[in-house]
Amino acid sequence: MSNQDIRKVTTHISQNEGLIFEHSSPGKKAYRLRALDVPEVDAAAELGDALRTESAALPEVSEIEIIRHFTRLSTWNYAIDHGMYPLGSCTMKYNPRVNEVVARLDAIAEAHPYQPEQNSQGALRIMKALADQLIEITGMDAITLQPAAGAHGELTGILLMRAYLESQGNPRKKVLIPDSAHGTNPATAAMVGYEVENLRSDARGMVDLAALEAQMNEDVAGLMLTNPNTLGIFDDQIASIAEILHRKGGLLYMDGANMNALVAKARPGDFGVDMMHLNLHKTFSTPHGGGGPGCGPVACKKALEPFLPKPIVVEAADGTLRLDYDRPQSIGRVRAFFGNFGMHVRALAYIMANGPDGLRQTTEDAVLNANYLRKKLEGTFDLPYSTPTMHEVVFSDKLQSKLGIKTGDIAKRLIDYGFHPYTVSFPLVVHGALMIEPTESEPLEELDLFVDAMKSIAQEAIESPELVKTAPHSTRLSRLDETAAARKPILRWQPGTK
Amino acid sequence: MRYLPKSPAERALMLSAIGVNSIDELFAPIPAEFRLTRDLAIPPQMAESEIVDWFRARAAENATGYDILLGAGAYHHYRPLVIDALISRGEWFTAYTPYQPEIAQGTLQAIFEFQTMICELTGMEVANASMYDGSTGAAEAVMMAIRITGRSSAILARSVHPEYREVIATYAKYQGLPLTEAAFTANGRVDLAALDAAITPATACVLIQSPNFFGTIEDVAAIADVVHAKGALLVVSIAEALSLGIVRPPTEADIVSLEAQSFGVPLSYGGPYAGVIATREKFVRQIPGRLAGQTTDRNGKRGFVLTLSTREQHIRREKATSNICTNQALIALMVNIYMDVYGRLGIRELAEQNLAKAAYARKALGAKATILFDGAPRFNEFVLQTSQDAYEISHRLAAKNKIIGGFPLRKFYHELGNAAVWCATELTSRAAIDTAASEVDVSQAVATEVNR
Repeated sequence: MSNQDIRKVTTHISQNEGLIFEHSSPGKKAYRLRALDVPEVDAAAELGDALRTESAALPEVSEIEIIRHFTRLSTWNYAIDHGMYPLGSCTMKYNPRVNEVVARLDAIAEAHPYQPEQNSQGALRIMKALADQLIEITGMDAITLQPAAGAHGELTGILLMRAYLESQGNPRKKVLIPDSAHGTNPATAAMVGYEVENLRSDARGMVDLAALEAQMNEDVAGLMLTNPNTLGIFDDQIASIAEILHRKGGLLYMDGANMNALVAKARPGDFGVDMMHLNLHKTFSTPHGGGGPGCGPVACKKALEPFLPKPIVVEAADGTLRLDYDRPQSIGRVRAFFGNFGMHVRALAYIMANGPDGLRQTTEDAVLNANYLRKKLEGTFDLPYSTPTMHEVVFSDKLQSKLGIKTGDIAKRLIDYGFHPYTVSFPLVVHGALMIEPTESEPLEELDLFVDAMKSIAQEAIESPELVKTAPHSTRLSRLDETAAARKPILRWQPGTK
Repeated sequence: MRYLPKSPAERALMLSAIGVNSIDELFAPIPAEFRLTRDLAIPPQMAESEIVDWFRARAAENATGYDILLGAGAYHHYRPLVIDALISRGEWFTAYTPYQPEIAQGTLQAIFEFQTMICELTGMEVANASMYDGSTGAAEAVMMAIRITGRSSAILARSVHPEYREVIATYAKYQGLPLTEAAFTANGRVDLAALDAAITPATACVLIQSPNFFGTIEDVAAIADVVHAKGALLVVSIAEALSLGIVRPPTEADIVSLEAQSFGVPLSYGGPYAGVIATREKFVRQIPGRLAGQTTDRNGKRGFVLTLSTREQHIRREKATSNICTNQALIALMVNIYMDVYGRLGIRELAEQNLAKAAYARKALGAKATILFDGAPRFNEFVLQTSQDAYEISHRLAAKNKIIGGFPLRKFYHELGNAAVWCATELTSRAAIDTAASEVDVSQAVATEVNR
């Protein structure tokens, strides 16, 4: 295949740009302060030994250089705004612009977290409205908006599990985690002092019920289940799973990373989940920002409510809102202030823009897109599980690896075709996984271009494997030496180096 | 729905390509009893203009156009306009974690620059890509010290932000990690003698904050001597990053946990902010979170990648240094841009202005009431003890003068009575300070009247 077959992109010039420090020259400035309206002070006299004698060697540059620097750098990034970004379980959907506008309204962006409650009613109303709507969406009874990201929500959820069980007399020792789970799940359980016990998947890619039955006992605090799981498979035994756990006094935690498959179509609270986190930066369209900020609210059932982090927003009979700190059984705080409030604003704006019918159509389109890709690529790529899938599909590189082409190679070649790669080599239950989640944000043309690209790469794997193995060919940089980076880490710029 | 790029005909075409008759067939894996057959009980779709109106109405219910004399872990500084102009580019805010370095060099290079600047500011050798915020960063720093030393307990200065201490307590609770507290003295600094007595062979670290919650700058070198003599590590939390423009960096610390909100991050009712952990090179393999590192491509060109990921949850699972995955990349980018705008000279000048404003405010308010913890240096915060209830003063200032006053300390430090911690930054006008001072004066008079 020649690059003429690549329809989505054309290479063009991108600007070279050094590190910002390399533009620095003493005396350049990008600021001017207001004149001081109070007397100057002698810093040495004010601070004594605490005075900083040598200024931090920050760059000295002008405003135009800053604008160019970060504009040039930005053009080296791929983003949702460029096209499909099918990272599985990351839900890279469109980030609506109205969200950004309302989060930047002066009295919202400049609200101090400790300003008096009577001067914060708008902020508290936003939090209350979001909390109420997320409770309805999840079918749960209560919620905290405090966790700052998905993994932080997991931590909060497992702390709730532990606090609840402790109140019942025994916190128990172990948490069960399926082998298909995201790495944050076991890392979280360990942070709450639990041993992690692996739970096998069955041939359909679901929880092995017999194994669960055998492993569940009074030492097990609960199960952390992602549903649909990282294979995109909804575990249809969910009621039995919950029943097995509950019968022996355990709890069912749901990792809500894949909630984009369920919103307005099914509610975890209705199928036996005791507590769960949501990723507002996945399901509810707040931007991923190059790796955060996220936001990971945790919803739970009534029995767990007393243990939620404090404070929570409560409404008085007269309609005024206040922060309730008087929660003696609370696990405490998981973050200072009230969480990533700016993300609460954006998520609420997203829900308002959608309404019940929009959310339903969104979920349906997400599942439609993933199934369309599955259908079109099945056969070209090995599908390790034939079980129906929801919002994402996982293929393996089994067919291509016979030719020496691995999932990572296909991913790199996809870059030349103008796409961000899928999630590579995850979940671990599939050897050489290609985990693809298109989300609802992709038009049919974009999906078809992706299908063409994947098929073309599969053909290249047969006809010109070197082309795939050495990809990408059209990026500013070729494959980077990650081994060297880890062997002798260079984690900061030093003056005089290149 | 306006965010969805499909026509009904396209949906029908796709269903038929898949080989199903209706979308419902694709939801068949969900048992029928759990499929929602009603609309969610949430408000109907709103037009963009209605959404903007709704949030404007909420904004109007918040304090608007107030002078802020309040800090206490969240600081009101000017945000240069280039920050939002740049981060509003979709290439920055609609990208994700740079898992594919060839098409994420912008994000990776920006993180590398951020790490460098944090090292320069804090005097540490390495810094990570960011943590959620200062409170969780401090908790992670304490856990990092536990891993490094193999010891099992920690001492937190009582002058560390009370909500940071609450977060650490939550994190520590189920890890078998006993926490004790170190008292402060009459000048607001950590009680060195009491600290010395409190450190045991099981103490992994001592956590202090500087400037601390009262605004007092700690004698980091003296504390480090005491801590290191007992083989423990010193963790320094910094909530007001701008202090580093003029206050000596805590070079004697082993781990620094910085809240970078002061550097161009909106107050946004408490978040999102950006924490960051900086430390010595020898501890780099125990640092939590992401790290960007320099390397080369196949043609020898300089480039950047996420590195040392064998510390992290996606590789190490339950043995990882932390469960953190998504962090605060876009906020770290704001911080990077802010540090470029002000640079070496501007950060210093800004810090000097903060110092001058706070000195003026201390004098103006101190003339009407009592300044607590005199006798140790401060940056832009100070504690004022009044005879009238601090909440009443705060409410009256807000209602009458459109001023957000100091943070009443009684909630966390009962023994401090009516004391409140006040803050003045480069944005605090002399007029607002004078108004607050006369209002405090009125309060004093009223209280005296009542007492008589």
